[in-house]
Amino acid sequence: MTATSTVTTPSALAPARGPWRTALADLARDRTAIASFAILMLIVVVCLLAPVYAHYIAHTDPFQSNVSGTTVVNGKTVPVLAPTTSGLGLGVTPIGPTGDVHHYFLGADSQGRDVMARLLYGGRNSLLIGLSSALICCVAAALLGVIAGYFGGVVDTILNWFFDVIWAFPVYLLAISLSVVLLTNGLRLGPLSVQAGSLWLPILIIAAVYVPYVARPVRGQVLALRGREFIQASIGIGGSDVRILRRDVLPNIAPMVLVFLPLMAAINMLTEAALSFLSVGVQPPAASWGTIINDGLGLLYTRPTVAIAPGLMVVITAVTLNLLGDSVRSALDPKARLRGAA
Amino acid sequence: MKHYTIAAALASVALLSATAACGSGGSTASGGSSSAPGGGQSSSSGSSAPAGYDPAHAGGTLHLVANAAAGSLDPQVNYTLQYWQLYQASYDGLLAFTKTAGDASFTVVPDLATAMPTVSDGGKTYTFQLHSGIKFSNGQPVTTKDVVASFERIFKVSSPTAGTFYVGIVGATACLAKPATCDLSKGIVADDAANTVTIHLTAADPEFPYKLAVPHASILPADTPGKDMGTTPIPGTGAYYFASDDPNRQLTMKRNPYFKVWSVAAEPQGYPDEIIQTFGLTVEDEVTAVENGQADWVYDPLPADRLGEIGTKYESQAHVNTLTAMFYAPMNVNIAPFNNPKARQAVNWAIDRSAMVKIYGGTNLAAPACTFLPPDFPGHVDFCDYTAGGGATWTAPDLAKAKQLVQESGTAGQTVGVVVQSDDVNKQLGEYLQSVLNQIGYKAVLKPISPNIQFTYIQNTKNKVQISISSWYQDYPAASDFLHVLLSCASFHPGSDTSINISGFCDKPIDTQMDAALTSEQTSMTQANTMWGQVDKAVMAQAPTAPLFTPKLIDFTSSRIKHYEFSKQFYMLVDQLWVK
Repeated sequence: MTATSTVTTPSALAPARGPWRTALADLARDRTAIASFAILMLIVVVCLLAPVYAHYIAHTDPFQSNVSGTTVVNGKTVPVLAPTTSGLGLGVTPIGPTGDVHHYFLGADSQGRDVMARLLYGGRNSLLIGLSSALICCVAAALLGVIAGYFGGVVDTILNWFFDVIWAFPVYLLAISLSVVLLTNGLRLGPLSVQAGSLWLPILIIAAVYVPYVARPVRGQVLALRGREFIQASIGIGGSDVRILRRDVLPNIAPMVLVFLPLMAAINMLTEAALSFLSVGVQPPAASWGTIINDGLGLLYTRPTVAIAPGLMVVITAVTLNLLGDSVRSALDPKARLRGAA
Repeated sequence: MKHYTIAAALASVALLSATAACGSGGSTASGGSSSAPGGGQSSSSGSSAPAGYDPAHAGGTLHLVANAAAGSLDPQVNYTLQYWQLYQASYDGLLAFTKTAGDASFTVVPDLATAMPTVSDGGKTYTFQLHSGIKFSNGQPVTTKDVVASFERIFKVSSPTAGTFYVGIVGATACLAKPATCDLSKGIVADDAANTVTIHLTAADPEFPYKLAVPHASILPADTPGKDMGTTPIPGTGAYYFASDDPNRQLTMKRNPYFKVWSVAAEPQGYPDEIIQTFGLTVEDEVTAVENGQADWVYDPLPADRLGEIGTKYESQAHVNTLTAMFYAPMNVNIAPFNNPKARQAVNWAIDRSAMVKIYGGTNLAAPACTFLPPDFPGHVDFCDYTAGGGATWTAPDLAKAKQLVQESGTAGQTVGVVVQSDDVNKQLGEYLQSVLNQIGYKAVLKPISPNIQFTYIQNTKNKVQISISSWYQDYPAASDFLHVLLSCASFHPGSDTSINISGFCDKPIDTQMDAALTSEQTSMTQANTMWGQVDKAVMAQAPTAPLFTPKLIDFTSSRIKHYEFSKQFYMLVDQLWVK
């Protein structure tokens, strides 16, 4: 007997996956993406636990100076800042890494503060600023890029001028200039009022200076979309601008913006570190990885850990964000997938 | 004078020399002899190869490094040690402090004058005979006209000490009120034919010779504009002239081609052919440059993490000196929260001076301070109103009392800006002060500002500075140079960059006490110093400032530098260094 059977392909059996699920599945298969995400989440969780470490393990206040304080090393009580006893007896040296999580695990800075506790608190601020500013930047850029590309005409011209003006300044110079002014006086823009020293200042400044970098490609994408048949058809049947934007344009530019998000987070975190290192970002006694590197600058010769530890954290986080960004781009870009398949 | 580097209070030495100096000053005023504070003698006659000068070591370029420039180069405007050290070799007054090492550097000697002035009229008239043949670095001869114009210019440029040092000159009060039209023709009378200048004072001032020996009384060409000249060099009479000043890059001094030694004590011949001060390096880089022989001297406070290395590996290149100086935190008594005395007292109770000393470099570089007058300075009395457990010297802070006072003052929770210089040491001090203010109930914000502008910024009331960290180094060894200069009503000029009374403190009863002490100096310096001690106590009760510590000075020089001399008046004698 011969038997005949119908051969069914998997695609015929399973319902067709949408682009988002496909991308997610691709990401789930991407080892680099998983590893990057895992490391990033580890850093985030550990930093979120900063208060637990400071209050219940190290028993320290990372925002208060402890210049005259003492700690315990190998059962002995020693000053946190030890005076030099040889030669002319000049200077004091903060305690170095003890390896004891309860007592200055990574040593102390010039103010006698626990570097490990500040590193964790600093990570919270650095990540918060990097991610928040990236989110604000991408949302603002998407909005402006869509408006410019879709409506064109005078609106497009004005927004392009705006992008050109921002782009005319070197990004760090613009960020430093804005920071110097706003850190002294705070920001008052209509109903928006941000006090000097608030974390919102570096978040808004960093988000603002990078808007053209995302908005330009978004605008280009929207311009291309606008000439496509399905958009023209929507316009032809009398679809409202809001409906077209919501149903046709935004879904098509969302992958691009999503790809930008982790990449901008990495760039923004580096920018925050640079601004804080230059004393125009996060303000003391608050910490960020940039401010801790700045604190460690004066201790490079005697206590290099103070600068190296936050520097490493910046590098690791930026690398993971970039790798994750690359993976997201690969997952969301069908052409990239086709290239990969070929 | 304002200073940024490491320095310290000189104790007994300063007291001895100052007492001796002021004592002679006291007798001078009433006597009409040709003497003055410091006991100066007639100048030695000029010669091109003065005794003690070793031409074999002349030449070369001395390379100084500083993190930033020190503001205006105008000698009648600038009030920083950074430039005052350089003015010693480039400008001269009628009198000068002796350019030498040790206690003798407090001695005032004739400079452009041929001898110490003839004092008459009960100490109210000083007559000077000018040297002939001295020329400015632009070739113009020094005349009596230049002397009159220079004193008028002190007021025209609103010199920081115009209202304190020179207000006693007849006509000066009107000049203070209307600087642009200052006319001192009645107070300073020039006799071209006799080449003499006579200065009339409204009242005897035993400290007047000191005041004539500081850079603000430099004699400049009469045609110098009556405005702050900023970075434009003004010709002087010293061994060197300022050839260029780019505050972003470098200051250059070259030999004055018209200079001939007329007084070894007042203006000796210098050794280097050229002196440059480069700006812009971080202090860490400055230290490394000196260690590597790429620079000869670091101006700025040495970074804490290099002190151990400097004190051991480079011990022979580190010169530690004690000084009469003070680091303090002026509080603006005219705006919240420090317009409330309890808030100011709270800060004094809260600050851990030993922590400040540690940040500065340890007990070998500084000592905790509790009084406005440095220890062993004329008028100093040991007392401490703000130490836990009481006592005459500071032992520990009392945070509980500080917090209580803040609550009582009703200022808790207010935002306080702490303005400090952005160099490593001052920023660390500021960060510590910020921490203390937060601990006692304020919301402190740290505002680090470039050393180039911080000193003038904190003086101007328009900037609404609430609290800052500053330092003060004696202009001359007298109590009034701290108390009267820094805290009298006459030193407070609202809206001006040259209001050296940073706290804006103007207490009439205390001002009257100061005036009485100044008057008393004419008859008995001992009694006057006792009165200054009482002024110090009255001031500290009001707490317009928080004294922090008295620092020491480390001069870190390159290995090629020889002939290091330290004047207790103006510190390292820059032009006397040998670079070859």
